[in-house]
Amino acid sequence: MARYAFYPGCSLDTTAVEYGMSTHAVARKLGIEFLEVPDWNCCGASSAHMTDHLLALALPARVLALAETLPVNELVAPCAACHQRFAGVEYELSRDEELKKKVNSLLDRPYTGKVKVKSFLEVFANPETLDKIQKSVKRSLKGLKVACYYGCLFVKPPKVFNYADDPENPQAMDNIIRALGAEPVPWPYKTECCGASLAMTDEEICTKLCNDILRVAKDAGADCVVTCCPVCQQNLDMRQVSVENKYGTKYRMPVPFFTQLIGLALGIDAQALGFKKLFVSPVKMLQKVGAA
Amino acid sequence: MGEFNLSQALKANRSFVDKVIEESGQDIRQCYQCAKCSGGCPGAYAMDYPPSQIMRMLALGMKDKVLKSRTIWVCMGCNTCTTRCIRNIDIARVMDTLRQEAVKAGYTEKGRTVIAFNDAFLGTVKSYGRLFEAGLLIKFNLSTGNLMKDAQFGLPMLLKGKAKPFPHKIKGRSEVKKIFEKTKQMEGN
Repeated sequence: MARYAFYPGCSLDTTAVEYGMSTHAVARKLGIEFLEVPDWNCCGASSAHMTDHLLALALPARVLALAETLPVNELVAPCAACHQRFAGVEYELSRDEELKKKVNSLLDRPYTGKVKVKSFLEVFANPETLDKIQKSVKRSLKGLKVACYYGCLFVKPPKVFNYADDPENPQAMDNIIRALGAEPVPWPYKTECCGASLAMTDEEICTKLCNDILRVAKDAGADCVVTCCPVCQQNLDMRQVSVENKYGTKYRMPVPFFTQLIGLALGIDAQALGFKKLFVSPVKMLQKVGAA
Repeated sequence: MGEFNLSQALKANRSFVDKVIEESGQDIRQCYQCAKCSGGCPGAYAMDYPPSQIMRMLALGMKDKVLKSRTIWVCMGCNTCTTRCIRNIDIARVMDTLRQEAVKAGYTEKGRTVIAFNDAFLGTVKSYGRLFEAGLLIKFNLSTGNLMKDAQFGLPMLLKGKAKPFPHKIKGRSEVKKIFEKTKQMEGN
């Protein structure tokens, strides 16, 4: 059985509660074991790395050190921003012994680097699990057109990741969507930025970037934009109403997490996958695959 | 930007340029102005100087203009520039260093909302060990004076179980607090 240290991050129980619900439901079906890192703290996200480099290393390093107490070799974080912070710590501290000592002087439990950071998408997109998913499909998503939106931080910058998909045209989510019977549409905005925390600090820019993404997805004929990042998801889903108001459009584009689509195809009830938590109604999309 | 004496600027600000290179670990002098970073930057349209221009201005020692720019606060850290840089410069990391230097130099006007957001965000992490969204939003709105920002999403978020009225406090709060305090001491040079 595949087993990983699991870092939910601050959003999986709050703003991205459906990401957490669907992740755990799907993991149970596929026999993937996620062991939550005990007493984990926030990774600091962009606020830490904008403010203080050492702080931005030490906060995730505490989590990685705690993960070393678990019987695992790898850690996964479903949030792209958290994932990139962990990968950054691994990248920098494995190349700079002095810096590692400095960071460890800030921690109660030292970080050794024993537990490696793995991409959450790869938990599902590796050939073995992909095959298992394909064989476990109970409700094919045939006919559903999906714009796979990776955002930035699962693939950029590729140098910090142990395994990185093509940062300009990633494939992991496309392969997952194909295994479910759905059709990933070709579109050029897979890794264009949603604006991230500019939603709070400079909303107009974020609204413009989200409008570009939604418009291009719509033009590509997508029934939904599927995401793997809580920040992207919130900007594209909850704030879609602001985009529509500002640009006089009506996208009504559902923005589920990729784990919700896996769950649907595995025959899990839409309610248990948190589809009701989405702001833009997914009813049409669910009807299309006979799940509503 | 009017007349500017480049050799004087570099002479006066060489130590600043060296500091940015040291702090960021990036040799900005390697930039040969291909402008791939500017071409791919999602925020470039809203910046006063695109990233490649910032890199050039930096190499020329134009400290004040760089630190007072809007660019460094529009950058959202998407890392597209870093990913594409043919000279292997981590431009996003340089932007982090510039934001920190701008704060140290007191050039915070254009970064007002970003700094308020980061302070509010990290404030909740320092207190509880994890982010507390409701606390972040209240603190952020109070410090920017835009009290109704995102207020329309509050109730739906609560009803959907996407926002918690109370923070989750981790057991190791004192460890996290210590990380904040010690890094501040170490960087407080």
